[in-house]
Amino acid sequence: MTRRFRRLPGYLFLSLAALGSLFPLYFMVVSATNTSQEVLGSKLLPGTHLLENFESLASTQPLGSALWYSAVNAVGTTVLALVITSIAGYGFEVYHTKAKDWLMGLLLLAIMIPFAATMIPLFQMFADFGLVNSSFAVILPFISTPFLILLFRQASRNFPHDIIEAARLDGLRELAIFVRIYVPTMKPTFAAAAVITFMASWNNFLWPKVILVDNAVQTMPMLLSNIRAGYVTDYGMLMLAVLIASLPAMAIFLVLQRSFAEGITGAIK
Amino acid sequence: MSRRTAPTEEAARSAPSPHTKATGRLSRSLGSSSPKFRLAQRRSLTGWTFLIPASLVILCLNFWPMIQAFILSMKTGRGTRLNFAEPLWSNYARLFDDEIFKLTLQTTFIYLIVQVPIMLILALILANLLNDRNLRFKGLWRTAIFLPSAVGLVSYALVFRTMFANDGLVNDILLGFGFIDGPVNWLGQTETARMVIIVGLLWRWTGYNMIFYLAGLQNIDYSTIEAAKIDGANAFQTFWYVTMPQLKPIILLTAIMSTNGTLQLFDESFNLTAGGPANTSMTISHYLYMVSFRNSPNFGYAAAISYVILIIVAVLAAFQIRVGDKRD
Repeated sequence: MTRRFRRLPGYLFLSLAALGSLFPLYFMVVSATNTSQEVLGSKLLPGTHLLENFESLASTQPLGSALWYSAVNAVGTTVLALVITSIAGYGFEVYHTKAKDWLMGLLLLAIMIPFAATMIPLFQMFADFGLVNSSFAVILPFISTPFLILLFRQASRNFPHDIIEAARLDGLRELAIFVRIYVPTMKPTFAAAAVITFMASWNNFLWPKVILVDNAVQTMPMLLSNIRAGYVTDYGMLMLAVLIASLPAMAIFLVLQRSFAEGITGAIK
Repeated sequence: MSRRTAPTEEAARSAPSPHTKATGRLSRSLGSSSPKFRLAQRRSLTGWTFLIPASLVILCLNFWPMIQAFILSMKTGRGTRLNFAEPLWSNYARLFDDEIFKLTLQTTFIYLIVQVPIMLILALILANLLNDRNLRFKGLWRTAIFLPSAVGLVSYALVFRTMFANDGLVNDILLGFGFIDGPVNWLGQTETARMVIIVGLLWRWTGYNMIFYLAGLQNIDYSTIEAAKIDGANAFQTFWYVTMPQLKPIILLTAIMSTNGTLQLFDESFNLTAGGPANTSMTISHYLYMVSFRNSPNFGYAAAISYVILIIVAVLAAFQIRVGDKRD
Protein backbone atom coordinates (compact mmCIF):
# COMPACT_ATOMS: atom_id res chain seq x y z
CA MET A 1 0.00 0.00 0.00
CA THR A 2 2.67 2.52 0.95
CA ARG A 3 4.75 1.40 -2.02
CA ARG A 4 1.91 2.02 -4.39
CA PHE A 5 1.04 5.48 -3.08
CA ARG A 6 4.57 6.68 -2.41
CA ARG A 7 4.69 8.34 -5.80
CA LEU A 8 1.27 9.93 -5.53
CA PRO A 9 2.46 13.36 -4.28
CA GLY A 10 4.98 13.47 -7.10
CA TYR A 11 2.37 12.74 -9.75
CA LEU A 12 0.01 15.25 -8.14
CA PHE A 13 2.66 17.96 -8.21
CA LEU A 14 3.56 17.20 -11.83
CA SER A 15 -0.11 17.27 -12.82
CA LEU A 16 -0.61 20.66 -11.21
CA ALA A 17 2.53 22.03 -12.90
CA ALA A 18 1.51 20.64 -16.29
CA LEU A 19 -2.04 21.95 -15.91
CA GLY A 20 -0.78 25.39 -14.89
CA SER A 21 1.64 25.43 -17.82
CA LEU A 22 -0.88 24.37 -20.42
CA PHE A 23 -3.95 26.28 -19.25
CA PRO A 24 -2.92 29.79 -20.44
CA LEU A 25 -1.98 28.23 -23.80
CA TYR A 26 -5.38 26.53 -24.00
CA PHE A 27 -7.02 29.84 -23.13
CA MET A 28 -5.04 31.53 -25.92
CA VAL A 29 -6.06 28.94 -28.53
CA VAL A 30 -9.72 28.84 -27.52
CA SER A 31 -10.01 32.62 -27.27
CA ALA A 32 -8.70 32.99 -30.82
CA THR A 33 -11.96 31.39 -31.98
CA ASN A 34 -14.25 33.55 -29.84
CA THR A 35 -15.56 37.10 -29.97
CA SER A 36 -14.13 39.78 -27.70
CA GLN A 37 -17.27 39.58 -25.55
CA GLU A 38 -16.96 35.82 -25.21
CA VAL A 39 -13.28 36.08 -24.23
CA LEU A 40 -14.11 38.51 -21.43
CA GLY A 41 -17.13 36.35 -20.56
CA SER A 42 -14.59 33.59 -19.87
CA LYS A 43 -15.91 31.19 -22.46
CA LEU A 44 -13.55 28.22 -22.32
CA LEU A 45 -14.90 26.24 -25.25
CA PRO A 46 -13.96 26.69 -28.91
CA GLY A 47 -16.22 29.11 -30.76
CA THR A 48 -17.03 29.90 -34.37
CA HIS A 49 -15.46 33.34 -34.66
CA LEU A 50 -12.02 32.26 -35.92
CA LEU A 51 -12.48 33.46 -39.50
CA GLU A 52 -14.02 36.78 -38.41
CA ASN A 53 -11.09 37.34 -36.04
CA PHE A 54 -8.67 36.58 -38.86
CA GLU A 55 -10.44 38.96 -41.21
CA SER A 56 -10.38 41.83 -38.75
CA LEU A 57 -6.75 41.11 -37.91
CA ALA A 58 -5.67 40.97 -41.56
CA SER A 59 -7.66 44.08 -42.47
CA THR A 60 -6.55 46.32 -39.59
CA GLN A 61 -2.93 45.17 -39.20
CA PRO A 62 -0.05 44.55 -41.64
CA LEU A 63 -0.05 40.86 -40.67
CA GLY A 64 1.66 39.54 -43.81
CA SER A 65 4.53 41.99 -43.78
CA ALA A 66 5.10 41.61 -40.02
CA LEU A 67 5.33 37.83 -40.41
CA TRP A 68 7.69 38.28 -43.36
CA TYR A 69 10.04 40.65 -41.53
CA SER A 70 9.99 38.48 -38.41
CA ALA A 71 10.88 35.45 -40.52
CA VAL A 72 13.69 37.24 -42.39
CA ASN A 73 15.20 38.50 -39.13
CA ALA A 74 14.87 35.20 -37.27
CA VAL A 75 16.11 32.97 -40.09
CA GLY A 76 18.93 35.38 -40.92
CA THR A 77 20.06 35.57 -37.31
CA THR A 78 19.86 31.81 -36.80
CA VAL A 79 21.79 30.85 -39.94
CA LEU A 80 24.55 33.42 -39.43
CA ALA A 81 24.82 32.71 -35.70
CA LEU A 82 25.13 28.96 -36.25
CA VAL A 83 27.82 29.39 -38.90
CA ILE A 84 30.10 31.81 -37.07
CA THR A 85 29.68 30.60 -33.48
CA SER A 86 30.03 26.90 -34.30
CA ILE A 87 33.31 27.40 -36.12
CA ALA A 88 34.49 29.73 -33.33
CA GLY A 89 33.63 27.21 -30.62
CA TYR A 90 35.45 24.52 -32.60
CA GLY A 91 38.43 26.83 -33.08
CA PHE A 92 38.63 27.70 -29.38
CA GLU A 93 38.65 24.04 -28.37
CA VAL A 94 40.52 22.16 -31.09
CA TYR A 95 43.29 24.71 -31.63
CA HIS A 96 43.41 26.02 -28.09
CA THR A 97 46.44 27.98 -26.98
CA LYS A 98 46.98 30.23 -23.97
CA ALA A 99 46.10 33.34 -25.99
CA LYS A 100 42.89 31.78 -27.29
CA ASP A 101 41.85 30.64 -23.81
CA TRP A 102 42.44 34.18 -22.60
CA LEU A 103 40.30 35.63 -25.40
CA MET A 104 37.54 33.15 -24.58
CA GLY A 105 37.63 34.30 -20.97
CA LEU A 106 37.29 37.89 -22.12
CA LEU A 107 34.36 37.07 -24.41
CA LEU A 108 32.59 35.25 -21.58
CA LEU A 109 32.58 38.51 -19.63
CA ALA A 110 30.20 39.83 -22.29
CA ILE A 111 27.51 37.56 -20.80
CA MET A 112 27.41 40.07 -17.95
CA ILE A 113 26.92 43.10 -20.20
CA PRO A 114 23.21 43.88 -20.11
CA PHE A 115 21.75 44.74 -23.50
CA ALA A 116 20.39 47.92 -21.96
CA ALA A 117 23.96 49.17 -21.48
CA THR A 118 24.87 48.82 -25.16
CA MET A 119 21.53 49.68 -26.74
CA ILE A 120 21.95 53.45 -27.09
CA PRO A 121 25.50 53.43 -28.57
CA LEU A 122 24.40 50.60 -30.88
CA PHE A 123 21.48 52.70 -32.04
CA GLN A 124 23.79 55.66 -32.68
CA MET A 125 26.28 53.43 -34.50
CA PHE A 126 23.68 51.99 -36.88
CA ALA A 127 22.13 55.43 -37.32
CA ASP A 128 25.55 56.83 -38.36
CA PHE A 129 25.76 54.17 -41.06
CA GLY A 130 22.22 54.93 -42.21
CA LEU A 131 21.04 51.47 -41.21
CA VAL A 132 17.97 52.40 -39.16
CA ASN A 133 14.94 50.34 -40.32
CA SER A 134 17.16 47.71 -41.97
CA SER A 135 17.06 43.97 -41.23
CA PHE A 136 20.85 44.10 -41.19
CA ALA A 137 20.76 46.27 -38.07
CA VAL A 138 18.21 43.96 -36.43
CA ILE A 139 20.29 40.85 -37.12
CA LEU A 140 23.92 41.87 -36.66
CA PRO A 141 24.12 42.40 -32.86
CA PHE A 142 22.75 38.90 -32.21
CA ILE A 143 24.75 36.70 -34.58
CA SER A 144 27.46 36.08 -32.02
CA THR A 145 26.87 35.47 -28.34
CA PRO A 146 29.32 34.13 -25.74
CA PHE A 147 26.65 31.62 -24.73
CA LEU A 148 26.54 30.01 -28.19
CA ILE A 149 30.34 29.95 -28.54
CA LEU A 150 30.53 28.31 -25.11
CA LEU A 151 27.86 25.78 -26.13
CA PHE A 152 29.87 24.73 -29.19
CA ARG A 153 33.19 24.81 -27.37
CA GLN A 154 31.89 22.51 -24.62
CA ALA A 155 30.38 20.18 -27.22
CA SER A 156 33.70 20.10 -29.12
CA ARG A 157 35.26 18.71 -25.96
CA ASN A 158 33.42 15.42 -26.57
CA PHE A 159 34.53 15.32 -30.20
CA PRO A 160 37.32 12.71 -30.43
CA HIS A 161 40.66 14.19 -31.48
CA ASP A 162 41.68 10.85 -33.04
CA ILE A 163 39.17 11.48 -35.81
CA ILE A 164 40.75 14.85 -36.55
CA GLU A 165 44.23 13.27 -36.68
CA ALA A 166 42.99 10.47 -38.94
CA ALA A 167 41.33 12.97 -41.27
CA ARG A 168 44.55 14.99 -41.41
CA LEU A 169 46.48 11.88 -42.38
CA ASP A 170 43.90 11.32 -45.11
CA GLY A 171 44.86 14.74 -46.40
CA LEU A 172 41.72 16.61 -45.44
CA ARG A 173 42.20 20.33 -44.93
CA GLU A 174 41.33 21.85 -41.57
CA LEU A 175 38.19 23.57 -42.84
CA ALA A 176 37.08 20.39 -44.59
CA ILE A 177 37.45 18.46 -41.34
CA PHE A 178 35.13 20.94 -39.69
CA VAL A 179 32.54 20.97 -42.47
CA ARG A 180 32.50 17.28 -43.40
CA ILE A 181 33.18 15.52 -40.12
CA TYR A 182 32.46 17.83 -37.20
CA VAL A 183 29.20 19.40 -38.42
CA PRO A 184 27.40 16.11 -39.26
CA THR A 185 28.32 14.53 -35.90
CA MET A 186 27.27 17.54 -33.85
CA LYS A 187 23.66 17.71 -35.03
CA PRO A 188 22.14 17.81 -31.50
CA THR A 189 24.32 20.78 -30.57
CA PHE A 190 23.33 22.60 -33.75
CA ALA A 191 19.68 21.80 -33.02
CA ALA A 192 19.95 23.22 -29.50
CA ALA A 193 21.68 26.35 -30.80
CA ALA A 194 19.10 26.74 -33.56
CA VAL A 195 16.15 26.43 -31.16
CA ILE A 196 17.64 28.92 -28.71
CA THR A 197 18.61 31.46 -31.38
CA PHE A 198 15.44 31.20 -33.45
CA MET A 199 13.17 31.56 -30.42
CA ALA A 200 15.16 34.50 -29.09
CA SER A 201 15.21 36.41 -32.36
CA TRP A 202 11.64 35.55 -33.42
CA ASN A 203 10.43 36.89 -30.08
CA ASN A 204 12.91 39.76 -29.69
CA PHE A 205 11.07 42.96 -28.92
CA LEU A 206 13.23 45.70 -27.43
CA TRP A 207 15.96 46.00 -30.09
CA PRO A 208 13.62 45.82 -33.12
CA LYS A 209 11.39 48.37 -31.39
CA VAL A 210 14.37 50.69 -31.00
CA ILE A 211 15.99 50.29 -34.42
CA LEU A 212 12.85 49.83 -36.58
CA VAL A 213 11.38 53.31 -36.41
CA ASP A 214 9.18 52.89 -39.47
CA ASN A 215 6.02 50.86 -38.79
CA ALA A 216 6.15 49.49 -42.34
CA VAL A 217 9.00 47.16 -41.34
CA GLN A 218 7.61 46.16 -37.92
CA THR A 219 7.92 42.60 -36.63
CA MET A 220 5.25 40.37 -35.05
CA PRO A 221 6.01 41.25 -31.40
CA MET A 222 5.82 44.96 -32.34
CA LEU A 223 2.50 44.38 -34.10
CA LEU A 224 1.13 42.60 -31.01
CA SER A 225 2.25 45.43 -28.78
CA ASN A 226 0.62 47.98 -31.09
CA ILE A 227 -2.72 46.15 -30.96
CA ARG A 228 -2.51 46.27 -27.17
CA ALA A 229 -1.79 49.99 -27.21
CA GLY A 230 -4.99 50.75 -29.18
CA TYR A 231 -7.93 52.40 -27.42
CA VAL A 232 -10.37 49.54 -27.84
CA THR A 233 -8.95 46.04 -27.72
CA ASP A 234 -10.67 43.26 -29.64
CA TYR A 235 -9.59 40.39 -27.39
CA GLY A 236 -10.58 37.62 -29.81
CA MET A 237 -8.49 39.20 -32.54
CA LEU A 238 -5.64 39.89 -30.10
CA MET A 239 -5.54 36.25 -28.98
CA LEU A 240 -5.52 35.09 -32.60
CA ALA A 241 -2.59 37.42 -33.32
CA VAL A 242 -0.78 36.08 -30.26
CA LEU A 243 -1.46 32.52 -31.41
CA ILE A 244 -0.13 33.19 -34.91
CA ALA A 245 2.96 34.87 -33.45
CA SER A 246 3.59 31.91 -31.16
CA LEU A 247 3.16 29.08 -33.66
CA PRO A 248 6.51 29.19 -35.55
CA ALA A 249 8.74 29.15 -32.46
CA MET A 250 6.61 26.45 -30.82
CA ALA A 251 6.66 24.31 -33.97
CA ILE A 252 10.45 24.56 -34.20
CA PHE A 253 10.77 23.59 -30.56
CA LEU A 254 8.43 20.60 -30.85
CA VAL A 255 10.19 19.33 -33.97
CA LEU A 256 13.70 19.69 -32.56
CA GLN A 257 12.80 18.91 -28.94
CA ARG A 258 14.71 15.65 -28.62
CA SER A 259 17.91 16.98 -30.17
CA PHE A 260 17.55 20.18 -28.16
CA ALA A 261 17.60 18.26 -24.85
CA GLU A 262 20.51 16.13 -26.10
CA GLY A 263 22.46 19.18 -27.18
CA ILE A 264 22.06 20.93 -23.82
CA THR A 265 22.99 17.73 -21.98
CA GLY A 266 26.11 17.28 -24.09
CA ALA A 267 27.15 20.86 -23.54
CA ILE A 268 26.97 20.96 -19.75
CA LYS A 269 28.82 17.72 -19.14
CA MET B 1 38.99 15.00 -51.52
CA SER B 2 40.80 18.26 -51.28
CA ARG B 3 43.93 16.34 -52.22
CA ARG B 4 42.42 15.64 -55.59
CA THR B 5 41.09 19.12 -56.25
CA ALA B 6 44.01 21.18 -54.98
CA PRO B 7 47.14 19.06 -54.88
CA THR B 8 49.68 21.88 -54.76
CA GLU B 9 47.98 23.77 -51.97
CA GLU B 10 47.61 20.57 -50.02
CA ALA B 11 51.25 19.74 -50.39
CA ALA B 12 52.18 23.17 -49.13
CA ARG B 13 49.94 22.70 -46.12
CA SER B 14 50.99 19.28 -44.94
CA ALA B 15 54.63 19.23 -45.95
CA PRO B 16 56.87 21.53 -43.97
CA SER B 17 58.45 23.75 -46.58
CA PRO B 18 60.98 26.51 -46.01
CA HIS B 19 59.08 28.70 -48.46
CA THR B 20 55.95 28.98 -46.29
CA LYS B 21 55.71 32.63 -45.55
CA ALA B 22 54.01 33.57 -42.30
CA THR B 23 54.63 30.46 -40.23
CA GLY B 24 58.16 30.11 -41.52
CA ARG B 25 59.07 33.55 -40.32
CA LEU B 26 57.30 32.98 -37.01
CA SER B 27 59.07 29.75 -36.24
CA ARG B 28 62.46 31.21 -37.14
CA SER B 29 61.92 34.09 -34.79
CA LEU B 30 61.10 31.61 -32.07
CA GLY B 31 64.34 29.80 -32.79
CA SER B 32 62.88 26.55 -33.92
CA SER B 33 62.99 24.94 -37.30
CA SER B 34 61.45 21.60 -36.42
CA PRO B 35 58.77 20.75 -38.99
CA LYS B 36 56.41 19.53 -36.31
CA PHE B 37 56.58 22.85 -34.49
CA ARG B 38 55.84 24.80 -37.64
CA LEU B 39 52.84 22.60 -38.36
CA ALA B 40 51.45 23.29 -34.90
CA GLN B 41 51.81 27.01 -35.49
CA ARG B 42 50.14 26.81 -38.85
CA ARG B 43 47.23 25.03 -37.21
CA SER B 44 47.11 27.61 -34.46
CA LEU B 45 46.79 30.29 -37.13
CA THR B 46 43.98 28.35 -38.80
CA GLY B 47 42.31 28.26 -35.40
CA TRP B 48 42.53 32.05 -35.18
CA THR B 49 40.81 32.49 -38.53
CA PHE B 50 38.03 30.20 -37.30
CA LEU B 51 37.29 32.18 -34.18
CA ILE B 52 37.97 35.72 -35.32
CA PRO B 53 34.61 36.55 -36.97
CA ALA B 54 32.56 35.63 -33.91
CA SER B 55 35.03 37.31 -31.55
CA LEU B 56 35.09 40.51 -33.59
CA VAL B 57 31.31 40.79 -33.52
CA ILE B 58 31.31 40.49 -29.73
CA LEU B 59 34.18 42.94 -29.31
CA CYS B 60 32.66 45.52 -31.69
CA LEU B 61 28.99 45.14 -30.75
CA ASN B 62 29.26 44.42 -27.00
CA PHE B 63 32.50 45.75 -25.56
CA TRP B 64 32.93 48.80 -27.77
CA PRO B 65 29.36 50.12 -27.22
CA MET B 66 29.84 49.45 -23.51
CA ILE B 67 32.84 51.80 -23.49
CA GLN B 68 30.93 54.32 -25.58
CA ALA B 69 28.02 54.17 -23.16
CA PHE B 70 30.37 55.14 -20.37
CA ILE B 71 31.63 58.16 -22.30
CA LEU B 72 28.03 59.00 -23.20
CA SER B 73 27.04 58.84 -19.54
CA MET B 74 29.29 61.84 -18.89
CA LYS B 75 27.66 63.93 -21.61
CA THR B 76 24.56 65.99 -21.57
CA GLY B 77 22.23 67.57 -24.12
CA ARG B 78 19.22 66.79 -26.27
CA GLY B 79 19.13 64.47 -29.28
CA THR B 80 22.47 64.31 -31.10
CA ARG B 81 23.86 67.57 -29.74
CA LEU B 82 25.87 66.32 -26.81
CA ASN B 83 28.62 67.96 -24.80
CA PHE B 84 30.61 66.84 -21.83
CA ALA B 85 28.74 67.62 -18.65
CA GLU B 86 30.08 69.96 -15.99
CA PRO B 87 30.97 68.28 -13.65
CA LEU B 88 31.45 65.02 -15.53
CA TRP B 89 29.48 62.93 -13.04
CA SER B 90 26.43 65.19 -13.03
CA ASN B 91 24.24 62.53 -14.71
CA TYR B 92 25.13 60.12 -11.94
CA ALA B 93 24.49 62.76 -9.28
CA ARG B 94 21.08 63.39 -10.81
CA LEU B 95 20.12 59.72 -10.22
CA PHE B 96 20.02 60.28 -6.46
CA ASP B 97 17.21 62.83 -6.78
CA ASP B 98 15.27 60.89 -9.42
CA GLU B 99 12.24 59.43 -7.64
CA ILE B 100 11.13 57.32 -10.62
CA PHE B 101 14.62 55.87 -10.95
CA LYS B 102 14.62 54.85 -7.29
CA LEU B 103 11.10 53.45 -7.58
CA THR B 104 11.86 51.36 -10.67
CA LEU B 105 15.10 50.10 -9.12
CA GLN B 106 13.19 49.03 -6.02
CA THR B 107 10.47 47.32 -8.09
CA THR B 108 13.07 45.45 -10.14
CA PHE B 109 14.69 44.19 -6.93
CA ILE B 110 11.32 43.04 -5.60
CA TYR B 111 10.86 40.97 -8.79
CA LEU B 112 14.38 39.58 -8.40
CA ILE B 113 14.18 38.66 -4.73
CA VAL B 114 10.69 37.17 -4.84
CA GLN B 115 10.62 35.50 -8.24
CA VAL B 116 14.08 34.02 -8.84
CA PRO B 117 14.33 31.85 -5.67
CA ILE B 118 10.76 30.52 -6.06
CA MET B 119 11.37 29.73 -9.71
CA LEU B 120 14.69 27.96 -9.19
CA ILE B 121 13.34 25.85 -6.30
CA LEU B 122 10.25 24.89 -8.32
CA ALA B 123 12.44 24.00 -11.30
CA LEU B 124 14.71 21.86 -9.09
CA ILE B 125 11.75 19.97 -7.62
CA LEU B 126 10.23 19.37 -11.05
CA ALA B 127 13.54 18.24 -12.56
CA ASN B 128 14.09 15.91 -9.64
CA LEU B 129 10.63 14.37 -10.06
CA LEU B 130 11.22 13.92 -13.80
CA ASN B 131 14.59 12.27 -13.20
CA ASP B 132 12.90 9.29 -11.53
CA ARG B 133 13.62 6.17 -13.60
CA ASN B 134 10.21 4.70 -12.84
CA LEU B 135 8.16 7.75 -13.77
CA ARG B 136 5.56 7.24 -16.47
CA PHE B 137 4.85 9.60 -19.38
CA LYS B 138 8.16 11.38 -18.80
CA GLY B 139 8.29 13.02 -22.23
CA LEU B 140 4.73 14.27 -21.88
CA TRP B 141 5.38 15.98 -18.53
CA ARG B 142 8.60 17.50 -19.79
CA THR B 143 7.05 18.90 -22.96
CA ALA B 144 4.03 20.30 -21.11
CA ILE B 145 6.15 22.08 -18.51
CA PHE B 146 8.69 23.41 -21.01
CA LEU B 147 6.12 24.58 -23.57
CA PRO B 148 5.59 28.06 -21.99
CA SER B 149 9.27 28.77 -22.73
CA ALA B 150 8.53 28.51 -26.44
CA VAL B 151 6.02 31.37 -26.22
CA GLY B 152 7.26 34.87 -26.91
CA LEU B 153 7.51 37.38 -24.08
CA VAL B 154 5.14 39.88 -25.68
CA SER B 155 2.69 37.07 -26.51
CA TYR B 156 2.43 35.67 -23.03
CA ALA B 157 2.34 39.15 -21.49
CA LEU B 158 -0.77 39.87 -23.57
CA VAL B 159 -2.38 36.52 -22.68
CA PHE B 160 -1.86 37.29 -18.99
CA ARG B 161 -3.12 40.82 -19.50
CA THR B 162 -6.32 39.39 -20.96
CA MET B 163 -6.74 36.79 -18.21
CA PHE B 164 -6.20 39.35 -15.45
CA ALA B 165 -8.41 42.06 -17.00
CA ASN B 166 -11.07 43.60 -14.75
CA ASP B 167 -13.84 41.58 -16.38
CA GLY B 168 -11.45 38.76 -17.33
CA LEU B 169 -11.13 35.06 -16.64
CA VAL B 170 -9.30 35.14 -13.29
CA ASN B 171 -11.89 37.41 -11.69
CA ASP B 172 -14.73 35.32 -13.12
CA ILE B 173 -13.26 32.12 -11.66
CA LEU B 174 -12.58 33.66 -8.24
CA LEU B 175 -16.05 35.22 -8.15
CA GLY B 176 -17.57 31.92 -9.23
CA PHE B 177 -15.96 30.08 -6.32
CA GLY B 178 -16.87 32.89 -3.95
CA PHE B 179 -13.26 33.67 -3.03
CA ILE B 180 -13.81 37.39 -3.66
CA ASP B 181 -16.88 39.59 -3.34
CA GLY B 182 -16.21 41.90 -6.27
CA PRO B 183 -13.79 41.94 -9.21
CA VAL B 184 -10.18 42.70 -8.29
CA ASN B 185 -8.50 45.42 -10.31
CA TRP B 186 -5.35 43.29 -10.77
CA LEU B 187 -3.45 45.62 -13.08
CA GLY B 188 -4.64 48.82 -11.39
CA GLN B 189 -3.12 48.35 -7.94
CA THR B 190 0.56 48.34 -7.08
CA GLU B 191 0.73 45.09 -5.13
CA THR B 192 -1.47 43.03 -7.46
CA ALA B 193 0.12 44.42 -10.63
CA ARG B 194 3.55 43.40 -9.36
CA MET B 195 2.15 40.01 -8.35
CA VAL B 196 0.72 39.39 -11.82
CA ILE B 197 4.15 40.11 -13.34
CA ILE B 198 5.79 37.68 -10.90
CA VAL B 199 3.20 34.98 -11.65
CA GLY B 200 3.78 35.55 -15.37
CA LEU B 201 7.55 35.26 -14.97
CA LEU B 202 7.19 32.03 -12.99
CA TRP B 203 4.92 30.59 -15.67
CA ARG B 204 7.25 31.55 -18.51
CA TRP B 205 10.67 30.62 -17.08
CA THR B 206 10.31 27.70 -14.62
CA GLY B 207 10.27 25.07 -17.37
CA TYR B 208 13.24 26.71 -19.06
CA ASN B 209 15.39 26.35 -15.95
CA MET B 210 14.05 22.86 -15.38
CA ILE B 211 15.52 21.76 -18.72
CA PHE B 212 18.99 22.84 -17.57
CA TYR B 213 18.63 20.93 -14.29
CA LEU B 214 17.35 17.86 -16.13
CA ALA B 215 20.39 17.98 -18.39
CA GLY B 216 22.59 18.29 -15.30
CA LEU B 217 20.86 15.39 -13.59
CA GLN B 218 21.35 13.18 -16.61
CA ASN B 219 25.08 13.70 -16.31
CA ILE B 220 25.04 12.60 -12.67
CA ASP B 221 25.85 8.95 -12.08
CA TYR B 222 22.44 7.48 -11.20
CA SER B 223 24.07 4.80 -9.05
CA THR B 224 25.05 7.44 -6.46
CA ILE B 225 21.35 8.27 -6.06
CA GLU B 226 20.38 4.59 -5.86
CA ALA B 227 23.12 3.91 -3.33
CA ALA B 228 21.73 6.66 -1.09
CA LYS B 229 18.26 5.14 -1.33
CA ILE B 230 19.57 1.69 -0.43
CA ASP B 231 21.33 3.23 2.56
CA GLY B 232 17.91 4.37 3.75
CA ALA B 233 17.97 8.05 2.80
CA ASN B 234 14.56 9.55 2.08
CA ALA B 235 13.81 11.55 -1.05
CA PHE B 236 14.74 14.88 0.52
CA GLN B 237 17.98 13.58 2.06
CA THR B 238 18.98 12.00 -1.23
CA PHE B 239 18.34 15.25 -3.01
CA TRP B 240 20.07 17.47 -0.45
CA TYR B 241 23.18 15.40 0.20
CA VAL B 242 23.72 13.55 -3.08
CA THR B 243 22.06 15.34 -5.99
CA MET B 244 22.36 18.99 -4.99
CA PRO B 245 26.18 19.16 -4.51
CA GLN B 246 26.67 17.65 -7.97
CA LEU B 247 24.26 20.15 -9.52
CA LYS B 248 25.97 23.17 -7.99
CA PRO B 249 27.65 24.46 -11.17
CA ILE B 250 24.36 24.40 -13.09
CA ILE B 251 22.45 26.02 -10.23
CA LEU B 252 25.07 28.76 -10.32
CA LEU B 253 24.65 29.13 -14.09
CA THR B 254 20.85 29.39 -13.87
CA ALA B 255 21.06 31.81 -10.92
CA ILE B 256 23.33 34.14 -12.89
CA MET B 257 21.18 33.87 -16.04
CA SER B 258 17.97 34.58 -14.12
CA THR B 259 19.43 37.49 -12.17
CA ASN B 260 20.74 38.98 -15.38
CA GLY B 261 17.39 38.43 -17.12
CA THR B 262 15.34 39.92 -14.29
CA LEU B 263 17.46 43.05 -14.10
CA GLN B 264 16.86 43.53 -17.83
CA LEU B 265 13.13 42.89 -17.68
CA PHE B 266 11.37 45.00 -20.28
CA ASP B 267 8.72 43.20 -22.38
CA GLU B 268 6.47 42.24 -19.46
CA SER B 269 6.61 45.64 -17.82
CA PHE B 270 5.90 47.33 -21.14
CA ASN B 271 3.11 45.06 -22.39
CA LEU B 272 1.51 43.37 -19.37
CA THR B 273 1.07 46.32 -17.00
CA ALA B 274 2.45 49.18 -19.13
CA GLY B 275 4.43 50.08 -16.02
CA GLY B 276 1.29 51.14 -14.18
CA PRO B 277 -0.28 52.09 -11.94
CA ALA B 278 1.73 55.31 -11.56
CA ASN B 279 5.01 53.60 -12.63
CA THR B 280 4.89 51.23 -9.64
CA SER B 281 5.27 48.03 -11.69
CA MET B 282 7.79 49.56 -14.08
CA THR B 283 11.22 47.90 -14.32
CA ILE B 284 14.49 49.78 -14.57
CA SER B 285 14.99 48.76 -18.22
CA HIS B 286 11.51 50.03 -19.05
CA TYR B 287 12.40 53.36 -17.44
CA LEU B 288 15.67 53.40 -19.39
CA TYR B 289 13.68 52.97 -22.60
CA MET B 290 11.35 55.82 -21.64
CA VAL B 291 14.29 58.14 -20.91
CA SER B 292 16.04 57.13 -24.15
CA PHE B 293 13.26 57.19 -26.70
CA ARG B 294 10.12 58.78 -25.26
CA ASN B 295 9.10 62.34 -24.45
CA SER B 296 12.37 64.30 -24.59
CA PRO B 297 15.13 61.75 -25.27
CA ASN B 298 18.19 62.16 -23.08
CA PHE B 299 20.90 59.72 -24.18
CA GLY B 300 23.48 60.91 -21.67
CA TYR B 301 21.24 60.41 -18.66
CA ALA B 302 19.95 57.10 -20.07
CA ALA B 303 23.54 55.88 -20.43
CA ALA B 304 24.14 56.68 -16.75
CA ILE B 305 21.09 54.57 -15.84
CA SER B 306 22.37 51.76 -18.06
CA TYR B 307 25.69 51.82 -16.23
CA VAL B 308 23.93 51.39 -12.91
CA ILE B 309 22.30 48.24 -14.35
CA LEU B 310 25.68 47.06 -15.65
CA ILE B 311 27.35 47.51 -12.26
CA ILE B 312 24.52 45.76 -10.38
CA VAL B 313 24.63 42.80 -12.80
CA ALA B 314 28.42 42.53 -12.46
CA VAL B 315 28.40 42.81 -8.65
CA LEU B 316 25.61 40.24 -8.24
CA ALA B 317 27.29 37.82 -10.65
CA ALA B 318 30.60 38.15 -8.82
CA PHE B 319 28.81 37.60 -5.51
CA GLN B 320 27.02 34.50 -6.81
CA ILE B 321 30.25 33.06 -8.20
CA ARG B 322 31.95 33.58 -4.81
CA VAL B 323 29.13 31.89 -2.91
CA GLY B 324 28.63 29.16 -5.50
CA ASP B 325 32.30 28.25 -5.72
CA LYS B 326 32.77 27.83 -1.99
CA ARG B 327 33.75 24.27 -1.15
CA ASP B 328 32.29 22.91 2.05
